[in-house]
Amino acid sequence: MSLTSPAQVQVTSPAAAARRWTARSWPELNNPAAWIVALILLIMPLIANGFFLIEIFGTTMILGTIALSLMFLAGYGGMVSLMQLTIAGFAGYMYAIFGVSGHPNISLGWPWWLATPMALALATIFGTLGGALAVRTAGIYTIMITLAIAAAFYYFTNQNYAIFNGHTGINNITTPHFLSVDWRSDIAFYYVVLAVAALCYLAVEYLSRAPFGLALQGVRDNPRRMAALGFNVNAHRVAAYAFASFVASLAGILQVWNYRQISPGSVGVEGCIDILIIAIVGGITRPVGPFIGALIFVILRTFALDFLVKIGLDGNRFRLLIGLGFLAVVFWSSDGMIGLWERWRRRNRSGAMRARGTPGHG
Amino acid sequence: MGASARRPLGSGVAGVTRFIERHPAWALLAILAVAFLLWLIFAIWPPGLEEAFGRKKVFLNAVFNGITLGGLYFLVASGFTLIFGLMRNVNLAHGSLYLFGGYVGYVISTWTGSWILSFIVAFIAVALVGVVLQIAVFRRMEGQELRQTMVTIGLSIVFADLMLSAFGGDFYQIQTPRWLIGPLELPLATAVKSSGEPVYLQYPIVRLVIFAASVVIGVAMWLALNRTRIGMIIRAGVDDRDILAATGVRVQLVFVLVFALGAGLAGIAGVVGGTFQSISYGEDTRFLLASLVVVIVGGMGSIPGAALGALIIGLAEQLGSVYIPTYAIAVTFLIMVLVLALRPQGLLAR
Repeated sequence: MSLTSPAQVQVTSPAAAARRWTARSWPELNNPAAWIVALILLIMPLIANGFFLIEIFGTTMILGTIALSLMFLAGYGGMVSLMQLTIAGFAGYMYAIFGVSGHPNISLGWPWWLATPMALALATIFGTLGGALAVRTAGIYTIMITLAIAAAFYYFTNQNYAIFNGHTGINNITTPHFLSVDWRSDIAFYYVVLAVAALCYLAVEYLSRAPFGLALQGVRDNPRRMAALGFNVNAHRVAAYAFASFVASLAGILQVWNYRQISPGSVGVEGCIDILIIAIVGGITRPVGPFIGALIFVILRTFALDFLVKIGLDGNRFRLLIGLGFLAVVFWSSDGMIGLWERWRRRNRSGAMRARGTPGHG
Repeated sequence: MGASARRPLGSGVAGVTRFIERHPAWALLAILAVAFLLWLIFAIWPPGLEEAFGRKKVFLNAVFNGITLGGLYFLVASGFTLIFGLMRNVNLAHGSLYLFGGYVGYVISTWTGSWILSFIVAFIAVALVGVVLQIAVFRRMEGQELRQTMVTIGLSIVFADLMLSAFGGDFYQIQTPRWLIGPLELPLATAVKSSGEPVYLQYPIVRLVIFAASVVIGVAMWLALNRTRIGMIIRAGVDDRDILAATGVRVQLVFVLVFALGAGLAGIAGVVGGTFQSISYGEDTRFLLASLVVVIVGGMGSIPGAALGALIIGLAEQLGSVYIPTYAIAVTFLIMVLVLALRPQGLLAR
């Protein structure tokens, strides 16, 4: 990612400086493509019906937000955490346990506006503690420890009946209903998901340029030098986990509202790895990557069966397709779809510049 | 002993001595715990204890199941830790190799009826997969740990789906050979009859044989690593791969050998697991988790560490599932958390 900001300092009017500051902190504002995408997403309910709205775009944004939390940790912090789905699932379970569900002996029956913050807080604490464990060792061990945490939580929900209701999980979870709007009706829910995803996206985008984000990137690139400069390396890493956990748990709450049930299957190891795949395929160098990856993943998951059958293959081999696609990305484009796109654009631009005879800058 | 204690792969006795020298309080606690465990195993329980804790037979069975399960975990995890120690490759497809070995063993044993042959074929088949992986995939991205790990994740998905398409979601059990069926009476009294005659524990022979075999394999590996030339080369490679390569050793050949051995061990473990439990879709994840926890607890890259970790995790899992059935996995997890908090590099790492 580019950390270089224009180095020259000029004396300009305050208004112009403010405008430049806005443009520098939010380069999206100057990008027409971003405005078009935002507009399309806003008027999506006019275009798409309920199935596409929720099953494709809603799910994409929920999975994208979970993968965004991984992208934040991996891209800016250099920590590949496989437990982001677990944190989301933990938030979902907590919402189901504190809120209202079809299991009155398990659920405490709190109203949604109490259960939601409680679930968010507990899941953030859970993720932060997991992160604090994971930063005890560095590098490649992070993957192992977070995978072990994720797998342990999956098996725990599977075998524990007192709190997590074992293999069946918790069903018929009540979703918010206020201001005489059913917030789980397709259109209202779509906008809730869109708002949360956009907020998380902007928060990550902002943090990446804030002092904290820059320090985190410094920690990623050279922890010893950062420590020598007086930064508390582990505190930055744990704080990154805390933020990522909050993002993941927001998505987890949305997921449990979406499906109205949660079971060990929702926090399975396979799912945790899917989140990694989504982030890697999309690209972990920019916050938009996870959403691109999620869109590809959701489209594949929804339509691969029909597609495979149509070209005369076994429709059940969807995961094979995902695995091979992931391998291809890891082999040929280590920064995912974003990397492919940027390379393509650079080639085009340098081609155009050569045609005009002006030297490109590199 | 300074030099020998620095070895990550073979610091068994020296490591223990050093540990006692450095942490006398912890060592005393560990010795007391082991002594108490031994007393629980060998003594006839007083009635008060039986009331509070359940019958001794249940406890002894759980302990033996835990130890034998530990043997199985050791077989899986030792290959994992060996590959990691030498090549810094976190092979997250290790569970798939285990499952593949189990399926190969099942096919061979139903086809030929020979249990022993199924071990040999599973070892060779899975070792070959390991050789192909090392030569075709991992050699191309040497030194890029994260990328290698990503590749192993992708491979584990592909393998899992291929095996699912070949074998379906059914459970398979490998037939135990006739000469291993039946219980063995162990000289451990579980209770005393009213006539004063002690009742001895009955335990399946096959599990004891498998446990003995995993101990033999473990000792053989330790000897091979510490007493042979190739073992010396491997240990040198763990310490400093570049210098080893610079001294003229064909380090790529060593990598292929170690990967083949690690994968082959996973294959053998698959047959073992298929004999005393069963193999099915999803077992790959279970054993991957087991290997992860075992090497995190024992110390990455250390064979004695893998043995100790496997024993601890096996015991914790079995005792947990007997005494606190719905929280058993939490015990395993707590052990991992405790080790990470107190000694993040693992119990027997250098």
